[in-house]
Amino acid sequence: MKKVVVIGNGMVGYKFCEKFVASEKFTDYKLIVFGEEPRRAYDRVHLSEFYDGKTAEDLSMSSANWYEDNNIDLHTSEMITEINRENKTVANHRGDTYTYDYLVLATGSSAFVPPIQGVDKEGVFVYRTIEDLEATEAYAKKLKAQGKTEAAVLGGGLLGLEAANAVKNLGLNAHVVEFAPRLMPRQLDKGASDMLQAKIEDLGLKVHLSKQTQFLQGEKSIEGLQYVDDTELKVDMLVVSAGIRPRDEVAKECGLEVGTRGGIIVNQQMRTSDENIYAIGECALLNSMIYGLVAPGYDMAEVAVQQITGGDTQMPESIDMSTQLKLIGTEVASFGDALNEAKEEIDEITYENKRKGIYKKINVSKDGKKLLGGILIGDSSDYNSLFQIYINGMKLPEEPEDLILGSRGSDGGGLLGDVMDLPDDAQICSCESVTKGQICGAIESGEATDVAGVISCTKAGTGCGGCKPMVTDLTNATLKSLGIEVKDGVCEHFELSRQDLYKIIQVKGYTKFDEVLDNHGNGGHGCELCKPLIASLMATINADTANIEYAIQDSNDRFLANIQRNGTYSVVPRVPGGEITPDKLIALGEIAKKYDLYTKVTGGVRIDLFGATLNQLPLIWKDLIDNGFESGHAYGKSLRTVKTCVGSTWCRYGMDESVSFGIELENRYRGIRAPHKIKGGVSGCIRECAEARGKDFGLIAVEGGWNLYVGGNGGATPRHAELFAEQIDNETVIKYLDRYLMFYMRTAKPLQRTAAWQERLEGGLDYLKEVIIDDKLGIAKDLETEMKTLVNKFECEWTQAINDPEMMKRFNHFVNSDEEDDNIVFVPMREQKMPEQWK
Amino acid sequence: MEEILTKYKTTKLEDVKVWFKAASVEAFPKDGGACVKYKDLQIAVFNFSRLNKWYATQNLSPEKNEMVLSRGMIGDHNGIPKIACPLHKKTFSLETGENLNGDLAAIATYPVKIEDGIVFIGFEE
Repeated sequence: MKKVVVIGNGMVGYKFCEKFVASEKFTDYKLIVFGEEPRRAYDRVHLSEFYDGKTAEDLSMSSANWYEDNNIDLHTSEMITEINRENKTVANHRGDTYTYDYLVLATGSSAFVPPIQGVDKEGVFVYRTIEDLEATEAYAKKLKAQGKTEAAVLGGGLLGLEAANAVKNLGLNAHVVEFAPRLMPRQLDKGASDMLQAKIEDLGLKVHLSKQTQFLQGEKSIEGLQYVDDTELKVDMLVVSAGIRPRDEVAKECGLEVGTRGGIIVNQQMRTSDENIYAIGECALLNSMIYGLVAPGYDMAEVAVQQITGGDTQMPESIDMSTQLKLIGTEVASFGDALNEAKEEIDEITYENKRKGIYKKINVSKDGKKLLGGILIGDSSDYNSLFQIYINGMKLPEEPEDLILGSRGSDGGGLLGDVMDLPDDAQICSCESVTKGQICGAIESGEATDVAGVISCTKAGTGCGGCKPMVTDLTNATLKSLGIEVKDGVCEHFELSRQDLYKIIQVKGYTKFDEVLDNHGNGGHGCELCKPLIASLMATINADTANIEYAIQDSNDRFLANIQRNGTYSVVPRVPGGEITPDKLIALGEIAKKYDLYTKVTGGVRIDLFGATLNQLPLIWKDLIDNGFESGHAYGKSLRTVKTCVGSTWCRYGMDESVSFGIELENRYRGIRAPHKIKGGVSGCIRECAEARGKDFGLIAVEGGWNLYVGGNGGATPRHAELFAEQIDNETVIKYLDRYLMFYMRTAKPLQRTAAWQERLEGGLDYLKEVIIDDKLGIAKDLETEMKTLVNKFECEWTQAINDPEMMKRFNHFVNSDEEDDNIVFVPMREQKMPEQWK
Repeated sequence: MEEILTKYKTTKLEDVKVWFKAASVEAFPKDGGACVKYKDLQIAVFNFSRLNKWYATQNLSPEKNEMVLSRGMIGDHNGIPKIACPLHKKTFSLETGENLNGDLAAIATYPVKIEDGIVFIGFEE
């Protein structure tokens, strides 16, 4: 068995191991890996997410026992300080030696700190490892405690902007200081840089261009940057992100050839000047270049694995450096020769829209036949198509500007035309080097039957994820070409989509699940996907509550409460708009005390009572209803709260009565069943204390009326609501909202919130406005009538339930005993109680 | 908590020594379930009326040891009758107790018979 020693456990070092494990010859080799960081390899590309609450473990490239499971020896916190090429051994800092047959250097790079006077001062950091981030965070905390808030990032490149975003996320004012006259000087031209600058300055970052720092001010710790032009910037902290330097020390010391400006020289086989030693990733100097992107690093790892195991794959002599990413919330992409570095005669076509913050540029050959490169800022949705056209040398449309302006003719087809027209070797996923042929092949061979299957067997889309739309298109197109129908059925029992089922139930007037299943199902008996869905549709269409046919209701709807982790329930009465009288507050407190419930104010500013057993639910609700409360529908896929700020009734800045309007809206839409939960918000002025733009619908009072926003949410993929209509009166708000919500309820997919629905709506926000405001489909009247029926037929489910002895039977834990569940154990916590921890 | 799981053992029809009289059929929702107390056991009983069949299983979810299965929703997966746990939608075969969408331990199942509109559950002791 041959020994392969890998020095470095970063992203590329890990990828080398992963590709080695996948190789057929893996069992003939033993891998020994050394990493100088205390942790196993993690995702450095998404490092700034560390400040968004991701842990080191979340960022990790592999599970804790992956190395052990694959018989790889991983030594973390061990630095290799010596390579003895003659004896083929390496030694760590403690002097322990290890022998190798092949040695792979994946030592990566370190942050380059320019020799500016004063960079050794306290408060100067680099942005490279989790330890760097931890140190920066600790210092930022200290600064904030002293009331200091200014932080600069030296370097306006890709990493510098990432670092600036991270600094901003720490709650400091971030200043980006760049030597060049533009941001991301290696990828962007002036126009693109201007647009990007405007967008990030909107978010509160400050950009200082053409600034060369002479020295750092301050005694012991940094107090400012002194520029050579005699101006200065007062800051309390500095993060240096001025580029990278390959880590080639240990290679240089053992006599391997290195470049004059650093980097271990390798050939196309990733072999160094010693035939048994390879170098990959950011420490390798290939084609006289250091490649600082992860995709070429992964390719190098693949080539090194191939070479060691006897294959003959090589790295190409020119490597594509196209990138697409989201930088501080702004889409940025650049591909091919975006800055015309070849200095050829070309035609530049640019499109700039300052209102929308979009800049697009493409470079086209003089004869108009070839796309050479381009830049996209603010909207990179066409990146995949443009990149494919560029990399495959595909034919351009007659008017090349159609590529960025869209065809102004009538056909309206996509840029690429049909994805199936791409050549088989077109690279779709550049992170994992997956071609169109591999994706289509996975389906043709029967290995995969859907998008999830394609992703798991080809790994396409598992890197940055940018290619997923194209993977989906290819998968669907291939399935279609094989005569396999692409289904959007709701589950194995129905081939129909939610929207189809909606129409069918409405037209046929079904009121029982079995009727729908027997007439339109696949012959099965239903499941936990279709039952609650059809229950919800029937509740909407027939204006019913969840008390009808309770066995098909989702468990929470069946018991009209939210099941918690120990099988007890929580109870949330409605408090419209968050307005509550002292008497009602006291009543809530007394009821909570009476039943020994844990109480907490919810994220939707209501009061949640936890720890109720099933048997207690009707008793608690009887008391609540006697005190004037009604169901808050916290358990349903329905309207939760309309959050309000106090508005002009009290606030000296208020422009309108946000509380009154919030209460009106909450009472209007309470109880209606929707594809998913719905939240609303009403703010009395643009200070937006109700966070209305984070809701499915939000209103902000402005001079002359309300601005209406739709399609926002928090959750796993936060999204701001989009401005839908400006300066409209209360009546118009209700008219638009009735139509909007009803249109959503009719057409969304199961469990799709308004944000996701709106994003996937063909034609986007403009189309939505045409339907809701201009009534393009001629359905506005129907939508309003349907909503009015729902509003008028509202009934409190809990009042219904406690007044019906038959319904009350549902709330006994046992059918043959009045006892309660004896398996529930509570433990004390901060003067209240909580369920015992899961064992 | 460990002991609680071991109290529930699948009982085969031929091993039944006690037929416990649980409740009348009306106590159980059509195509749904409810919980029955037998000694210190909690048994989930399901009235699968579309199949005209009755099933009984432990009420304990083997995922987190909560007494909740009777509050779940029943249905079928490729024709296998199943129950979905209300906590995280883990599904179990009502015929064999096997976890259909994961690798949790199987749940215990018990024979059920209906006589004169009364539901009986079979136990070994």
